[in-house]
Amino acid sequence: MTAAARGKRGRRFGQTIFYDWCKACGICIAFCPQQVFRANDQGKPLAARPEKCTGCGFCEIHCPDFAITIVECPELRRKEKSCDHDSLEGS
Amino acid sequence: MTEKTGSLRHDYLRHDKKFPHVWCPGCGNGIVLGSLIRAIARLGLQKDELVLAAGIGCSGRMPVYVDFNTLHATHGRALTFATGIKLARPALTVIIVMGDGDATAIGGNHFIHAARRNLDLTAIIINNQIYGMTGGQYSPTTPYGSFAATAAWGHIEHAFPIAELAATAGASYVARGTVYHAAMLDDLLAGGIARKGFSVIEVMSNCHTQYGRRNQMNDAITMLRYFKEQAVAVDRAAGMSAAEMAGRFTIGVLADVEKPNFTEEYQKIRDRARQQ
Repeated sequence: MTAAARGKRGRRFGQTIFYDWCKACGICIAFCPQQVFRANDQGKPLAARPEKCTGCGFCEIHCPDFAITIVECPELRRKEKSCDHDSLEGS
Repeated sequence: MTEKTGSLRHDYLRHDKKFPHVWCPGCGNGIVLGSLIRAIARLGLQKDELVLAAGIGCSGRMPVYVDFNTLHATHGRALTFATGIKLARPALTVIIVMGDGDATAIGGNHFIHAARRNLDLTAIIINNQIYGMTGGQYSPTTPYGSFAATAAWGHIEHAFPIAELAATAGASYVARGTVYHAAMLDDLLAGGIARKGFSVIEVMSNCHTQYGRRNQMNDAITMLRYFKEQAVAVDRAAGMSAAEMAGRFTIGVLADVEKPNFTEEYQKIRDRARQQ
C-alpha cells in the first residue's frame, strides 16, 4: 500500500516540547482535538497519547512561546507508542 | 497543516539570547509573532528587506525578538517613524506593530492620517481591549459595560471599532483576525504585507492578566474560547441581524481596494520634476 493510499490515519507524528521556553499556559492541553497532552506536575504538557496525534498543528501555531514542534515520523510503525523525534528536528 | 513554526523560529527570531519572551503565560502577542514570521516566510521576504517598528506597550517588545531591522519608537509614534523610513528607503517592507492604546489613543491622529495618506505600510494592531502594561486602565477599545482598573463600576464609554475606522479613513487593505484563528491570521498578515498601500490588520488578542481577570475570563484558554464563540466571518455576518451581532465582531478581510499609494505617487512626482 502506498503512503497516499494509507491516508492520514496511517501517518504518525512526534511532539517535541521545549520545556525551557514553556510557561505552562495550558493552551495546547485544552485545545488539542485528540487530547494528546496532559499536564505534568508543573502544568506543562506531557505527550500522554502521542499515537493519537493527527499532525493538525493547532498546538504549534497557537503556542505563544514557540515551545512545541510537531514532526512527522514516517519510519514509525503504528504499534509503537512514540519515537525519538528529537533527533529528527535537525536544528 | 500550515507552515511550520519550528524551523522558522531559528531563521527569523533572535532565539539564542532573548527567549523565553517577557510576555505573560498564554499572551496572544506570542501567537501574533508566530503568525507574522510564518506570513513573512510564505512571502519569501529577506530579513534585511524588512523593518519592524513598534511603539510603547506590551506589543512594543516585539521588535526585540525578531532578527530584522527593528525600531522601538516613542508612544503612539511608531507610524510616524515608519513613514520616515518608507519615504527615505522605499524598497524596504515596513511593518508596524502597535497596541490598541498606542494606535487609537496616543497615536490616534497619526493612525487616521496614515490611513488617509495611503503610504505603503502594514500596521498590525494588537487589540487586547485594555492598557495591559501599565496596570489595566481602560483604553479606547474597552467594551461598554466591561470592567477595568479605572472602570471599577463598569465602563460607560463605547469602544472604537479599529478596523472599520481604518476602512473609513481610507486604508487600502483592512482585516480583522483573532489569536484563536491563527491559521487565518497568517493569510490576513500575508495579504496585508503583499498589498501596496496602507494595510491595517486588527488582531483581537487576549490580556487575561489585566482584562480577563476583571471580566470573568481568568486565563488564556477562556479568552481564546471567547474569541472562538464571538467571532463571525464577514460573509456570514452579512446575513445576520443587528441583534444577533450584538457584542460580537466580524473577522476576515473587511476592505481590499486598489488605489494610488503615496510611495508610487511621490516617485512619479520626482520623475516629472527631474525631466523638467
